[in-house]
Amino acid sequence: MAADVGGVLTPSKTTGFRLSGIYYFFRRWPVIPVFLLALVLFAGVTAPLIAPHDPNLQSLTERKQPPFWYSAKTETQIQTVVQRVLPGSAPQISLSDAQKINPAAQIGDTIEVEQVLRPGGSTKFLLGSDQLGRDILSRIIYGARISLLAAAVTLVVGGCVGVLLGLVAGWYGGLVDEAVMRFVDILLAIPLVLIALVMVATLGASLTIIVAVLTIFIWPRFARQLRGEVLQLKNMDFVSLARVAGASTPRILFVHIFPGTINTLIVVATLQVGIVILLEATLSFLGAGVPPPTATWGGMVSDGRNYLAGGFTTGSWWISTFPGIAIVLTVMSLNLFGDWLRDKLDPRLRQIE
Amino acid sequence: MQKYLVRRLGLAVVTIIAVSLIIFIMSRASGDPRHIMLDDYSTDEDWERMGQVLGLDKPYWQQYLIFLRDAVQGDLGQSVKEGRPVTDVILERLPATLYLGLTAFAISLLVGIPLGILSSIKRGSLIDQIGKIVAMLGQSAPPFWLGIMLIIFFAVAWEILPPYGWDDWNSIVLPAVTLGWYYAAANLRLVRSAMLDVLDSEYIKLARAKGVPYRGVVLRHAFRNALIPPLTFAGVTLGALVTGSLVVETVFAWPGLGKLAIDALFAFDYPLLQGVVIVFTLLYVLAAFSVDVLYAYIDPRIRYA
Repeated sequence: MAADVGGVLTPSKTTGFRLSGIYYFFRRWPVIPVFLLALVLFAGVTAPLIAPHDPNLQSLTERKQPPFWYSAKTETQIQTVVQRVLPGSAPQISLSDAQKINPAAQIGDTIEVEQVLRPGGSTKFLLGSDQLGRDILSRIIYGARISLLAAAVTLVVGGCVGVLLGLVAGWYGGLVDEAVMRFVDILLAIPLVLIALVMVATLGASLTIIVAVLTIFIWPRFARQLRGEVLQLKNMDFVSLARVAGASTPRILFVHIFPGTINTLIVVATLQVGIVILLEATLSFLGAGVPPPTATWGGMVSDGRNYLAGGFTTGSWWISTFPGIAIVLTVMSLNLFGDWLRDKLDPRLRQIE
Repeated sequence: MQKYLVRRLGLAVVTIIAVSLIIFIMSRASGDPRHIMLDDYSTDEDWERMGQVLGLDKPYWQQYLIFLRDAVQGDLGQSVKEGRPVTDVILERLPATLYLGLTAFAISLLVGIPLGILSSIKRGSLIDQIGKIVAMLGQSAPPFWLGIMLIIFFAVAWEILPPYGWDDWNSIVLPAVTLGWYYAAANLRLVRSAMLDVLDSEYIKLARAKGVPYRGVVLRHAFRNALIPPLTFAGVTLGALVTGSLVVETVFAWPGLGKLAIDALFAFDYPLLQGVVIVFTLLYVLAAFSVDVLYAYIDPRIRYA
């Protein structure tokens, strides 16, 4: 069979040397994912400096403004000029309004009137504004903060707990191992989103609670992975030698065994970041995330749900779409970067999804 | 095998008990249900009587045991919002969720497996590229956003499918695709990498060397082995489809358990929420358990792991 990955055996005939060089550079190094992740990180850290507007500043006159490239959409309607417009009757226009368009207009005339179906976009709101007139781009930039903060804290705390318990379970084995791993099994068997939702709803929606709940469900994944690593490493010669040299158990665990697991740890952590970001967005979307008006990507997608009617002509599709694209690009970059790291650092992990 | 089964069953039971305990603690931590059920005009006497009716005068551990005993007998209490037994409300909504979940499951298999096989046989071809995009989008796009995008295109802009509810035969299409996409992507990846491993193995080369045509090798030898990973994953899929319905049913206003749970949550209808979460957990654990057993039956290696 033709197991010719990316044309390694049969070089492409059509592309020249230079072009294929660039192609292979992009194939070999995760340039685009890393660039996008750096962008998200930069946006999150420097949000107050780079956001064009206050993310919570409402403007009732500028609600649902389309993105900047949108031109205004108008419709020409033939209206009858009357003294006073009666609601619910045929298209009518008042005399004073008609005279603004055509000074010669008289009552009873018909006149062509430009009806604005949708205003055009402006550079004030690059990605449009939402149902309260808040700038979507600024809210996406500020939303990156919440996603990053939730992911960072969850991973650091969950990672530490998981690593510690994984090390201990793998090292001591026996009853300790059994206890920790059964606990891990139970936590992994619980429908996560559902329980997280109930906990957040009961304990109150705040970033602290959400991070705490997410941490409870993230550490088992680290513990399981670490335990497996320790089981492999603890029977190796260097561990026995360290023991002979008089090293204490904590010293062996943290100085000798732990460094050997760092590659695995980095890979697991990278792939978990995507999961945490998706979970936080899901909770926010369901209304159990960081409460409004704080900008969160999931909450912004939820905001736009009621303004889809009208589709691409008169609907405000951009309110939901752009924050969602931010989530997709971030998670996709994390997945691609994580896959690349896994192949580089720890090919054995390939089987673990 | 028996030891494995017992172990697996034990985990399932403990998981359900753990969830029921969490739910019970949460429902008590959220405050006294009497605050919602009684109004300002009720007297202290009413308060006491209500407590006796609901069993709130007993210590917490007794309340939990009573709750468990009733739950085992199919009595999940009264819904505050609907004023009916929780079991009735849930049974009414269950078919919609099962219909949606199973349709999405079918989509995940019928799209994921063939695409995975094709993209492994024709590596680097157009179909492989399409498969990659489908998989990448499925694994990084949150279902709630994917659902909204599908609504914008198929329901609002082109008007070929209904945007929400369950009125027509084609109402199922958008929710099921939204729900099934992620798992189709996962199956695609699993089948593809399993196929590539199998096609590279010695026995495939032997079969080819003996003169078995390529088509026969793929269909008879490789395909069977490549089905094992998606089968293992099916337990996760079936269970997760249940939870996924929380989000998808909310987006599409699908009249199932997921939407019921969200509605109960925001109406502070704790008995109903408890009931739905327990039924969800049962479905989740049951799916994982049965697939694990099936898997152990098919692949003997797992029994001794």
